[in-house]
Amino acid sequence: MMMKRQEKLQIDQLTVRYTTRETSTTALEGVDLHVGEGEFVSVVGPSGCGKSTLLKVASGLLKPAAGEARLDGRVINGVTGEVGMVFQNDALLPWKTVFDNVRLPLAVKGLSRSDQATEVRRLLAMVGLSEFEDFYPKQLSGGMKKRVALARTFAYDPDLYLMDEPFGPLDAQTRVKIGEEFLKIWEKVGKSVLFITHDIEEAIALSDRVVVMSSRPGRIKAEFEVNLERPRPFYEIRFDSRFKELQRQIWNCMAEDEQKGGV
Amino acid sequence: MAEANRYRSLQVWGGRIVLGAVILGLWELTSGTLFNSFWISKPSLIIERIFEMVERGTLWFHVSATLQVAVVGLVIGMIAGTLIGIGLAYSGIFERWVYPYIMALYSLPRVSLAPLFIVWFGIGMTSKVLMVVAMVIFVAFYNAFEGIRNIDRDLLDMMKTYKASRLQKLSWVIFPSITVWVLTSLRLNIGMALIGAVIAELVGASRGLGYYITYSSGMLDTTGIFTGLFLIMMIAVIMEQVVVQLERRLLKYR
Ligand SMILES: Nc1ncnc2c1ncn2[C@@H]1O[C@H](COP(=O)(O)OP(=O)(O)O)[C@@H](O)[C@H]1O
Ligand SMILES: [Mg+2]
Repeated sequence: MMMKRQEKLQIDQLTVRYTTRETSTTALEGVDLHVGEGEFVSVVGPSGCGKSTLLKVASGLLKPAAGEARLDGRVINGVTGEVGMVFQNDALLPWKTVFDNVRLPLAVKGLSRSDQATEVRRLLAMVGLSEFEDFYPKQLSGGMKKRVALARTFAYDPDLYLMDEPFGPLDAQTRVKIGEEFLKIWEKVGKSVLFITHDIEEAIALSDRVVVMSSRPGRIKAEFEVNLERPRPFYEIRFDSRFKELQRQIWNCMAEDEQKGGV
Repeated sequence: MAEANRYRSLQVWGGRIVLGAVILGLWELTSGTLFNSFWISKPSLIIERIFEMVERGTLWFHVSATLQVAVVGLVIGMIAGTLIGIGLAYSGIFERWVYPYIMALYSLPRVSLAPLFIVWFGIGMTSKVLMVVAMVIFVAFYNAFEGIRNIDRDLLDMMKTYKASRLQKLSWVIFPSITVWVLTSLRLNIGMALIGAVIAELVGASRGLGYYITYSSGMLDTTGIFTGLFLIMMIAVIMEQVVVQLERRLLKYR
């Protein structure tokens, strides 16, 4: 018998408005979105279409004007402590070393000092930064900072990963490398992910499903299932004909939006 | 690289020392020839005076008085101002009520408060420290307040998603964020603290560099006045160096 799968994140008819003194911007309107248990969902869309806003609502940092977001069936009302956010700009503490940055969520959780240290060292080894634990963020390259931010989120070990263009500012080569490492780690961890990106290839290579958004106000335009087996080779998968076909479809879908917007 | 840096710093310090020597040399040479040394004194006379004061034990007597008032007032004013700044930044609408009054007080020439403090507390330590506090508290307040408003929102959001407690937010994000601002205000306030201390001593005191300057002035002793000014300058330079060292330690991540 088929059971209705319990969604990790369920967003229904979500509308979000930003109201400043004079203007009111509708960032999202009537957005429906779900992320299943252990599912990897990517959202692509033009910049300013409300992708970050969507994550803010899912994390409980922002209250919607209408509609609701549920985590494990419970309406999200304020920060829940079960989601981990990877911010667009890393959000590392510049005055803390790599070690302390990764230690932060463990310290907040109240682990003992020695447990914190063991866990931090394990995670830093996992992301290949063992030798850099005494460095400050300023001394690291963009890719290394991303690894620290990822290690910190892994340290928190959330049920749902919310990732806001985490590899955005990296150069193409580093991007692929980190994406590959992240995919490998994720395939072992198997937690639910809502991943924001503007890179279609990255979205397909990582995800089970790709959601396309249109802008002003942000709406869900289309969804694409990614039926590529796992574990997948993050880079080589791009030469697969199914990948190419999907890429073409998503590209067309997004281009359509721009034409309409341009008129 | 290190070699180039060494050379550069040698150049900087070399230039500074030469410039200082030229100015003092001109002063020394023109005094008593172009100008009457009764009015502008002379570097050599000032040095002589300092040695005299050391011998008689009056140097430390005056310097320590000024230093004590300035440092105690600076510490109290910095702590109080910073705490008020943090508190007000988180006080919501209350801040909007209070802010114009604080700015109105700030625009008052605080020097004019000295007579009031003397009426209230006499010419002892209290009124002088209060004068210094009045000089430094506003900058401390303003910098802490602006520091809080300039904290990276993403860092606070990040702390929130980890469900950090208020105390954890303070120690991991808020205090480190405003450290730069507090150190800046500390630096600016060294001069303010010395102004406050000296003014308080000018108005009413029996020791301290401010007193020494007014006393010398009464005796038409320009060397005494210049000696007092020179000593105040030295105190400022030394205190500034202390803050620079503090910055090196606290901001080494930058
Ligand atoms: N704090 C805010 N105040 C007002 N408007 C905002 C704010 N944050 C975002 N917006 C607006 O909402 C829209 C969506 O923003 P955002 O979610 O950041 O888009 P994206 O992440 O897709 O680039 C944009 O038009 C943006 O200008
Ligand atoms: Mg964004």
